[in-house]
Amino acid sequence: MKPVDALMIFKKPKNPLEGHGKIIPNEMSAELTVTCPQCKKTLSPDELVIRLQICPYCRHHFKMNARQRIHMIADPESFIEHDTALEPRNVLGFPGYDKKLKAAQLQSKERDSVVCGECTIGKLPTELFIMEPNFMMGSMGRVAGEKITRTFERAIERGTPVIGFALSGGARMQEGMISLMQMAKTSGAIKKHNDAGLLYVCILTDPTTGGVTASFAMEADIILAEPGALIGFAGPRVIEQTIRKSLPPGFQRSEFQLEHGFVDNIVNRKHQRKYLYGLLQFHRGGGA
Amino acid sequence: MKAYERVAAARANNRFTALDLIGRVFTHFMEMRGDRRFGDDKAIVAGIAYLNMTPVTVIGIEKGHDVKERSMRNFGSAHPEGYRKALRQMKLAEKFKRPVVCFVDTSGAYCGIGAEERGQGQAIAENLVEMSGLKTPIISIIIGEGGSGGALALSVANEVWMLENSIYSVISPEGCASILWKDSSKAREASECLKLTAEDLSELGIIEKIIPEEPSELINNIKTELTKAIKKYSAMPLEELTEHRYKRFRNIGEDLIR
Repeated sequence: MKPVDALMIFKKPKNPLEGHGKIIPNEMSAELTVTCPQCKKTLSPDELVIRLQICPYCRHHFKMNARQRIHMIADPESFIEHDTALEPRNVLGFPGYDKKLKAAQLQSKERDSVVCGECTIGKLPTELFIMEPNFMMGSMGRVAGEKITRTFERAIERGTPVIGFALSGGARMQEGMISLMQMAKTSGAIKKHNDAGLLYVCILTDPTTGGVTASFAMEADIILAEPGALIGFAGPRVIEQTIRKSLPPGFQRSEFQLEHGFVDNIVNRKHQRKYLYGLLQFHRGGGA
Repeated sequence: MKAYERVAAARANNRFTALDLIGRVFTHFMEMRGDRRFGDDKAIVAGIAYLNMTPVTVIGIEKGHDVKERSMRNFGSAHPEGYRKALRQMKLAEKFKRPVVCFVDTSGAYCGIGAEERGQGQAIAENLVEMSGLKTPIISIIIGEGGSGGALALSVANEVWMLENSIYSVISPEGCASILWKDSSKAREASECLKLTAEDLSELGIIEKIIPEEPSELINNIKTELTKAIKKYSAMPLEELTEHRYKRFRNIGEDLIR
């Protein structure tokens, strides 16, 4: 199949969810209406699910849960999840952490903040890690670090690329220094994956900040961003407190990061599957 | 000593700084400046020096002493160019087969407009990746404050040590308290929760060594331990050396995974 022909297969379904089996509802489905934070229009949650959590009026990208992303990106039925048994624990005996974990698990229906596994995109194999907004806003602790590290190790073993969706407020305070160490741990695995000549693509989504920005989110060969995502090391509130000034509009958003040379491209959610397929196709033999 | 007393000791105004230690532990320190990309960040000092007779690359986060110097050093909060300067020196160390010694003392990487515009996160991330594979021994010592990612960016080492009264933490006690209890004055309680003292972190397997601080012994302690460690790691084949560093971080907290 010529590359151009191969791309054609993604032109067919108008809605990338078409033919992907049942639609996985977002957590917002419990509400009757949703107000777009950008254009203030009233939207129906069900419509948002079909529209990939994108506002039909202003293209604002709502947060998307990990399962819906997998659904959007992977070939139907191709996703095989790994390391599902890893469970977070309150190792430091941090006050309130047990309760917080339970609430996060209930809200997200995930054990921790990242879902990892393998899939194919247009029949090309890749490893995936996807961070979950409903689990403490993708906070990175020991389980997330371990799962992402294992994803890269699996990719090295199999000679496959890694595609990651970053979404995180940063390292998980409740796990203290153990969570900070996950930054070094994942970085080491990425270095090995890189040295093996394999491709790593990371898509930065809203928000990508703190220890995740300062590690695996910024270490990819190709770094993409969703429109309007907050991407930075320090959060805007912390910066404002430090410099005692308010920040200019658009500061740290995807478009700002593109302008400053830190992301390769901004890709609308609707085009991500095709875009990723194109990248995998390009790097076949050299990682795919 | 309680955790918060360690925090206070680590931050004390009259505490020695990186340059104080560098001048006493090493000889013939020659500072090398600039990241060759944007500028020279004075929060980070880097250069070459002798440990006894062995040439080493030395990198330190410098807070400064008096008000004027502290402000010139940005109170030891580095910008991306500081981390890039450090990386440049590490690459030279690799080229000339010199071990790297880092002295870490920062409340954290700087949070500001310029720092974000120039990629604070990217600069730290790059150091983590590059240090993980650097083909020369690295020893990092937390000498005062080890503030989160800004400290980790110089601490992907074969061994990480802490001075007795230093702290190493994922977030400042004030930041933690303000998130947890919406009250930054509860930093004392937060300090206990975070397990940020040398004893706690040694117990958790995050650091290898605690260096006692008695004034008469401190310099000698650092010198003796560094000499031993550098001898040990310089004898390792390079492949084994980088694998040792990778495993060091790979295995942290592994026993906690069932």
